[in-house]
Amino acid sequence: MKHRGRYGDYGGYYVPEVLIPVLEELEEAFDRFRDDPAFVAELADLSAHYAGRPTPLYHAKRFSEHVGFQVYLKREDLLHGGAHKVNNTLGQGLLAKHMGKSKLIAETGAGQHGLATAMIGALLGMETKIFMGVTDVARQSVNVHKMKLCGAEVIPVEGGTGTLKDAINDALRYWTAHVTDTFYLFGTAAGPHPYPMIVRHFQSCISREARQQFLEQVGRLPDMVVACVGGGSNAIGAFAHFIDDPDVKLIGVEAGGQGVATGKHAASIVAGTPGVLHGARSYLLQDEEGQVLDTESISAGLDYPGVGPEHCYLSDIGRAQYVAAEDADVLETFGLLTRIEGILPALESTHALAYVAGLKGTLAPETVVMVNLSGRGDKDVGIVEAHRPLE
Amino acid sequence: MKSYSDVFSALRREKRAALIPFFVIGDPDFDNSLALVKATIDAGADILELGIPFSDPIADGPTIQKADIRAVRSGMNVRRAMEFIRQVKQYRDIPIGLLMYYNLIGHYGTEAFFRDAHAAGVNSVLVADMMIDDAGEVLGPIRAAGLDSVFMVTPNTSPERMRRIAAKTTGFIYTVSVLGVTGSRDTLSDSVQDLVRRLKSLTTVPICVGFGISKPEHARAVADAGADGAIIGSRIVGMIEAHLDDPARAIAEVSAFVRQVKAALSTSG
Ligand SMILES: Cc1ncc(COP(=O)(O)O)c(C=O)c1O
Repeated sequence: MKHRGRYGDYGGYYVPEVLIPVLEELEEAFDRFRDDPAFVAELADLSAHYAGRPTPLYHAKRFSEHVGFQVYLKREDLLHGGAHKVNNTLGQGLLAKHMGKSKLIAETGAGQHGLATAMIGALLGMETKIFMGVTDVARQSVNVHKMKLCGAEVIPVEGGTGTLKDAINDALRYWTAHVTDTFYLFGTAAGPHPYPMIVRHFQSCISREARQQFLEQVGRLPDMVVACVGGGSNAIGAFAHFIDDPDVKLIGVEAGGQGVATGKHAASIVAGTPGVLHGARSYLLQDEEGQVLDTESISAGLDYPGVGPEHCYLSDIGRAQYVAAEDADVLETFGLLTRIEGILPALESTHALAYVAGLKGTLAPETVVMVNLSGRGDKDVGIVEAHRPLE
Repeated sequence: MKSYSDVFSALRREKRAALIPFFVIGDPDFDNSLALVKATIDAGADILELGIPFSDPIADGPTIQKADIRAVRSGMNVRRAMEFIRQVKQYRDIPIGLLMYYNLIGHYGTEAFFRDAHAAGVNSVLVADMMIDDAGEVLGPIRAAGLDSVFMVTPNTSPERMRRIAAKTTGFIYTVSVLGVTGSRDTLSDSVQDLVRRLKSLTTVPICVGFGISKPEHARAVADAGADGAIIGSRIVGMIEAHLDDPARAIAEVSAFVRQVKAALSTSG
């Protein structure tokens, strides 16, 4: 390969030999098309007219009043499909088409990436298979149905706890056997090189727009950017164009589940140690032997024991800070935002909001905080209802 | 300690390919796993390929994944696996190749892992999710420990890359017969004989073929193509899975099968 895909000591491509030629082919194609004028124009057109970019930067005044400082929501939840995922699936889907691949596969946790892939499969006329853990199939049934309506085949994965990790295992295995005609549309900024680089590229429109919007709407950059971190795609997209602005604090919020001390969580950077899973070195939740641990989170999209390599690096060098939000606080904040802003946030994105809600009263009133509202919560209404039934 | 070259040169004189059964160490538990390995040695195994179980074996199909889970649940870990290997070596001096996923090695400590593996009687370590571009992380410690290196070649490996892989391999090239993960298959891939011939024209390093070798005639076919060994994994592991309630029966079936493969490899073609 041309690049090593390293972020400090993290990243790389720890995969079986059979995948090397395909990852090389992918790296080469990405290098060739990323700045190709026709490719860029086609992606820009679909981003605008199919997906709905640019997304608004919304000053959430009532939520701001509640916490005592200024909170702006980057409304990725308004995108087609209901999450930031479409930024990446449009980009990679077009790349697949330009590479001459006829089939797409993808893994999914919450079903948002699966849905965003199924949409693009339909749009580009490509046969699509989505690998999804059995637990997630059960808890995100609405998205399963939507994927099927878009013509995708949803393959339930039994292994492990039937969550995102297991879906990735099986998608990788399937890819190994079908490398010639199949493009693996990876959903987050993790996995083997070149995926972290590709996903970052297609998601960084979030911060490119936001930076411009802050300058225009507020007259200055935010003091803090907060995003939830599963594998890290919406967070790296929200951070990318602020990384070189040292005065903008970057905060990634991981899934604290029932509390980091209970062991029932998915907070890889907060509580993990470096290890190798799914082709990359990253912080990893693992036991003292190096066996990967089962994770737990109320939000399927964050229920993953690894994390993107660039986040590990940003954490180590102190450029970004990673924290965890617990299920109970997430549910509380879901209720709060819904009631005072009329916005249903995805449970994933609610982790970022919960952290910010926890800062209530600790920041000066003029402090400007951006929260990346990575997705909308329609898919989660059933889960919320199960935990906090309406009277 | 018997080396690969001892075994491969003896077999070349006999014009025979090595029979290499694969087991997940500790499947279904320590004692039955050891009994299975010993029975296989008695049935004529020339080399053993053993895996230390990992929670997320991405190069393996469902049969071996399930074996990994059984073995981890039975309490197998790296330290106990080293003890297992010592006990195998006490039974017979047979070369042992380890099949590993990198996270277990990194966690144990790379240098300590290879040193302890060698001390336990291991001849080589193949890291399934580590390819030659990053092999620097392991090659130094592998050599320092006195172990042989084993790397994979697959049907889509370019000739240039095959040469680089061969140059870093001192044990044998693990030649993957199919595009895909481990698993039993009814028929042998058409391309495998061609792949073996291409490799043979590029290198003198021994070539062993694995993934999907499920029947005596498959082993025979890769031997006829010039391979120095046939590695049989999922078919054997599947027999263990089929008789979890009757380990004696699993042992009987596995040894009968290994004897059949041995016979197929021994008749002159
Ligand atoms: C709305 C939403 N936000 C965030 C995530 C987490 O993924 P990532 O960390 O890659 O942004 C998901 C994953 O499914 C999601 O659906």
